[in-house]
Amino acid sequence: MDFSLSSEQQMIQDSVSKFILNDYDFDTRRKILASATGFSQENWHFFAELGWLMLPFTEEDGGLGGSMVDLMIVMEEFGKGMVVEPFIATAVMSGGLIALAGNQVQKDDYLPRIMAGELQMAFAYAEPQSRYQLNNVKCSAIENKGEFVISGQKSVVLNGHHADTLIVAARTSGQTNDHNGISLFFVDANHPSVKRTGYANVDGHQAADIWFDNTPTLGLLGEQDNALPAIDNIIDKATLAICAEAVGAMQIAHDRTLEYTKTRKQFGRTIGSFQALQHRLVNMFIEHQQAKSILLMAALKMDSNNGHDAKALSAAKSRIGKAANLVGREAIQIHGAIGMTDELDVGHLFKRLTTIQFLFGSTDVHTKRFAAL
Amino acid sequence: MNLNFTAQEKDFQQEVQQFLQEKLPKGIAEKTKNALHLSKDECNVWQKILHKQGWAGINWPIEHGGTGWTPTQKYIFANECAKAGGPDVIPFGLKMVAPVIYTFGNDEQKQRFLPDILASNVWWCQGYSEPGAGSDLASVRTTAVKEGDEYVVNGTKTWTTLGQHADWIFCLVRTGEPSAKNQEAISFLLINMNDPKITVSPIITIDGRHEVNEVHFDNARVPTVNLIGEEGKGWTYAKVLLTHERTGIARVAISKDRLVQLKALAQTSPDGDNKLIDDAIFAQKVAQVEIDLLALEYTELRTLSAISTGQAPGPESSILKIVGTQIIQAIDELYVEAAGYYSMPFVPQQFHDDFDGQSIGPDMATNSALRYFNNRKASIYGGSNEIQTNIISKAVLGL
Ligand SMILES: Cc1cc2nc3c(=O)[nH]c(=O)nc-3n(C[C@H](O)[C@H](O)[C@H](O)COP(=O)(O)OP(=O)(O)OC[C@H]3O[C@@H](n4cnc5c(N)ncnc54)[C@H](O)[C@@H]3O)c2cc1C
Repeated sequence: MDFSLSSEQQMIQDSVSKFILNDYDFDTRRKILASATGFSQENWHFFAELGWLMLPFTEEDGGLGGSMVDLMIVMEEFGKGMVVEPFIATAVMSGGLIALAGNQVQKDDYLPRIMAGELQMAFAYAEPQSRYQLNNVKCSAIENKGEFVISGQKSVVLNGHHADTLIVAARTSGQTNDHNGISLFFVDANHPSVKRTGYANVDGHQAADIWFDNTPTLGLLGEQDNALPAIDNIIDKATLAICAEAVGAMQIAHDRTLEYTKTRKQFGRTIGSFQALQHRLVNMFIEHQQAKSILLMAALKMDSNNGHDAKALSAAKSRIGKAANLVGREAIQIHGAIGMTDELDVGHLFKRLTTIQFLFGSTDVHTKRFAAL
Repeated sequence: MNLNFTAQEKDFQQEVQQFLQEKLPKGIAEKTKNALHLSKDECNVWQKILHKQGWAGINWPIEHGGTGWTPTQKYIFANECAKAGGPDVIPFGLKMVAPVIYTFGNDEQKQRFLPDILASNVWWCQGYSEPGAGSDLASVRTTAVKEGDEYVVNGTKTWTTLGQHADWIFCLVRTGEPSAKNQEAISFLLINMNDPKITVSPIITIDGRHEVNEVHFDNARVPTVNLIGEEGKGWTYAKVLLTHERTGIARVAISKDRLVQLKALAQTSPDGDNKLIDDAIFAQKVAQVEIDLLALEYTELRTLSAISTGQAPGPESSILKIVGTQIIQAIDELYVEAAGYYSMPFVPQQFHDDFDGQSIGPDMATNSALRYFNNRKASIYGGSNEIQTNIISKAVLGL
């Protein structure tokens, strides 16, 4: 057993960490959020240049290895800066699906462009009625003279507004809730039959609701009617990514709160001198440490099992959700009113820690899945 | 012991129901039910309706236009209002400064201020907290120095809720010798905000709203007739006010209604082929909060019953704020959970009356995270829950 990072991994961690520290401070992030696109194209090219967009892919696919531990390392650092660039939507989810389910022609077409930072993508899977059930797909793909057309709505599609190409989960056969009968399609996001309403989420990430109306596709991705295993797989991978992000964000939330309690004075002494708050800070610390541990467990187990271990992943999401909840709430409470201001990063960490709890399956959903597996 | 309403109380309940049915504007009720914020105009409209009915000053003495209601009547009114979507009145005038004025003010002050507060002609805000004085309120540093028949006020108040809409601010200021002991140098001053020497700057909170402000006083001149009571007694007056603030602070009626609506929402919210309420874990979480709320309701009723039989409220009353806010926040969290993915979009523009774009998700869902974020304040303001806990451990448990 050895939990130390390899020299390559150490290098990645150092370089992402340096980027967050030097080029992604809170004010810079604020400017990025206020910009027209809501993320920085310049950063995106920088990610490509440094090879970070190659990280989720195997060497065979032209990437840099793509282990879960690698992903964990990058995302934990991203979490510290609350990075809003669409790394998960484009590289982890969309690129991941293509790597997993695509044929050689598709891989050759899309993956190099993703890794070069030239293509923005989004994976449209959730629907207004589906909640977290990935098999619940109403959006239909109907075959007409050998060509499929898609109709239906997709909800809160991450990066959906800025994507050039979408991957859409659509029903090609069976009933809304059937596990079989789901297929993946490439869709030109700019096709006139695609209506997109974009917005920022409360955590600053860009998303869109998307409506398809007899929209032609750019081709089937993977096996017809049998896309659910790949979807499950890739949502699990994305879940690991946000778990790592949460661990990074929790660390900063705890650091900031600890610093604050050492300087803020009330009743003539620092508030950190009140034992009532000391214990609360220790609880936050324990939650963060437990979260970090279970994240490592999940990443290692997934890596030793070909990239998927649903039970380990759900354990991590459940436990990290619980930690994120406590750490986020306490960070605000212990700051007092100032913690509720838009001006301070603590509130934004709290918001990201909140959405992470409800993204890709809530804490309860993953607890149940863990119990069932 | 008796749990039932008397015949008169039942009549009163019907009267309230009928009033709400006839007089509560539908738009205001709908917004309140959806936990959306009301505009200043809407708040005025509602309070003026209450005033016309003689029901604006619920806790006020009758001679100043109060209702003279018994605790049971207040309980009935709060519950019927919550059920019908009758919004809470803005507390700063009616519930916070008015009790100080009618208890400690002189006749001239009562005549000058109380009628406009009752009629919602004048808006007030609360100028207690300062950047350096939060939980330790007695350390306020804003000064009021007497010069002839005026005070010259300098300093900064912060977290001033709705200060941008207020005409007047009631402040804790420091008068007298700087060397005086903290609490003995504090005075209670009413200040007209229509003064170029007072500037109000917005503070945006994590829900993206402008609700709180920083208020700067730069040699603002305030007539000495605006001082309440005596110099140096402000702390005592403020404490009385804080106990008024505690009335209804548990917000049981509103939480009850929010839970009823949450359950209705869970019954219709799809969860794949099922409904959310069929999810045993979710249903259990809702039940747990509901059970906690039942206990709190009876804690509040014990307090009310003590007051109505002429006794002082017992130690149970001190937990109202802590438990009440925990429950508010737990309910908010369940709404976020119920909303699922649609808790995430930040689309506040679609809650506006004149919005005509494409709405994203149901309002109840897209408003849920904002509400959850905003209500983090509930355990911070009005004496944080940590401070409340300290008070209980000292004053109730004698630790
Ligand atoms: C949305 C909002 C609206 C507000 N509106 C108004 C308003 O209209 N007018 C107004 O005057 N004020 C208002 N306030 C201010 C509010 O009253 C203060 O935030 C509150 O008193 C706490 O002070 P603080 O924020 O400075 O936190 P601090 O006092 O700095 O406290 C920071 C943390 O330390 C804890 N703490 C402090 N002392 C102790 C102790 N002895 N033991 C254990 N823990 C302790 C606190 O509980 C808190 O968790 C508002 C606040 C908010 C968030």
